[in-house]
Amino acid sequence: MINSGDTAWVLMSSALVLLMTPALAFFYGGMVRRKNILSILMQCFVIMCALSLHWVLIGYSLSFGPAKGFWGGFQWLGLNGVGLEPYTDYAATIPHQAFMIFQAMFAIITPALIIGAFAERMKFSAFLVFTLLWATFVYSPLCHWVWGIGGWLRNFGALDFAGGTVVHINAGIAALVTALILGKRANLGKNIPSPHNLPFVVLGTGLLWFGWFGFNAGSALAANGLAVNAFVVTNTAAAAAGLSWAFIEWIRNGKPTVFGICSGAVAGLVAITPGAGFVSVVPAILIGLLVSVFCFIAVTVIKPKLGYDDSLDAFGVHCVGGIWGALATGLFASKAVNAAGADGLFFGNPKQFLVQLFAVGATIIYTALATLVIYKLVDLFIGLRVGEKEEAIGLDLTQHRERAYTVLE
Amino acid sequence: MKLIIAIIQPHKLEEVKEELYQQEVNLITVSEVLGHGRQKGVTEVYRGHKETGNLLRKVRLEIAVNDNFVEPTVNAIIRGAKTGETGDGKIFILELKECVRIRTEERGSSAIG
Repeated sequence: MINSGDTAWVLMSSALVLLMTPALAFFYGGMVRRKNILSILMQCFVIMCALSLHWVLIGYSLSFGPAKGFWGGFQWLGLNGVGLEPYTDYAATIPHQAFMIFQAMFAIITPALIIGAFAERMKFSAFLVFTLLWATFVYSPLCHWVWGIGGWLRNFGALDFAGGTVVHINAGIAALVTALILGKRANLGKNIPSPHNLPFVVLGTGLLWFGWFGFNAGSALAANGLAVNAFVVTNTAAAAAGLSWAFIEWIRNGKPTVFGICSGAVAGLVAITPGAGFVSVVPAILIGLLVSVFCFIAVTVIKPKLGYDDSLDAFGVHCVGGIWGALATGLFASKAVNAAGADGLFFGNPKQFLVQLFAVGATIIYTALATLVIYKLVDLFIGLRVGEKEEAIGLDLTQHRERAYTVLE
Repeated sequence: MKLIIAIIQPHKLEEVKEELYQQEVNLITVSEVLGHGRQKGVTEVYRGHKETGNLLRKVRLEIAVNDNFVEPTVNAIIRGAKTGETGDGKIFILELKECVRIRTEERGSSAIG
């Protein structure tokens, strides 16, 4: 039975989540040097185009086709059989295609998050082929395991309301593998490049926060109390995390930075994602306050110590924040918030924490291995990295023959 | 005292700076400029992207040095900026009449370093 309110909210949410990809483009684009900003915007935009087609042609079927096994199978290829009537096992009150297009936006933004790790040095052709293979062989299976009917992690009882494992840990681990395989950007030892346009970072963060209401509250798939809970805890966690990061900097470095408060807000949004439909407001504050501590340590202490060049901290924020969020869901989830969920450790069910831990571990292992194999294949046939000279000139000119900014008029 | 003005490819700036530091030349002024040489910008479209007609983006360095630093400085710029291709740039060496350090009002050679 189609409910017009639910359908309106899910369509609206889909549009909100779509906006997150151009938002991410500005969030990342502001962080790179000005010779590379167009390459970031282009990568985000081409993902919107290419994965939109990929999703309706094969991605949705592989991810959500009702099947037991590695992925969802091929019965919904080209949206064959995905119609305007509800598919009750996923969402009983909205047209099946509304659910499909909402999920499409998640499939778009997830590979876009990985851009943060290979920014400023990856060949455009290699990036495009990698992204399509990754969407097919990493995102689709994982999405099926966690959210699809017959998915083994779903049947195992893992809670992931809006994509902590499927989106953030998944993309974050892929980002770490990327940074390790691709190596550092040139001259990094002498000169750590500073973000060329922090106002873009703020713009991107603001739009991400805005879009995230669709991401999390939309994941209720209905205009109901659960959506409101997700909306409220999302806003709360982002606020707590932004503040927390700024204060950590203030205490440690003497000044709070704009870059820091933005990084914190995004980390908070990441961390609340898996639990948005299972936790209440006070745990959301704790999730937000603590995620900034973990992510701050990851990007300012662990990254320099280990020496990998996760250029824009896709691993440090999304994977670390995502893991904390998934585990925090196992701590703070409560049936009082969502009867369809489960109780967490602090609500008398320690088993849920172990289930969450297992789901995180499974995601990390599968994604790391599959991403590694895909990179090796692409490297073999195309080569991953641009030449030294191209890197020095910048990807905007060498990959797209365009410049973002002029000198005169 | 000499004033050395060098016009180089923007992406060579890091290497030139590195070479200059090795010669202990630490005082430079850098600006972004537009220009073209004999080729009038035609052969470099891919590397330089034409801007306003046929003007290409370059970086201009200004370095004031005492006479014994002129050759090391020039050689350092060449080592950092030379690719052997059109568009590598130029180095101009000018007589420098006077130099004043504003903070101390020192003049001449001691004000440069």
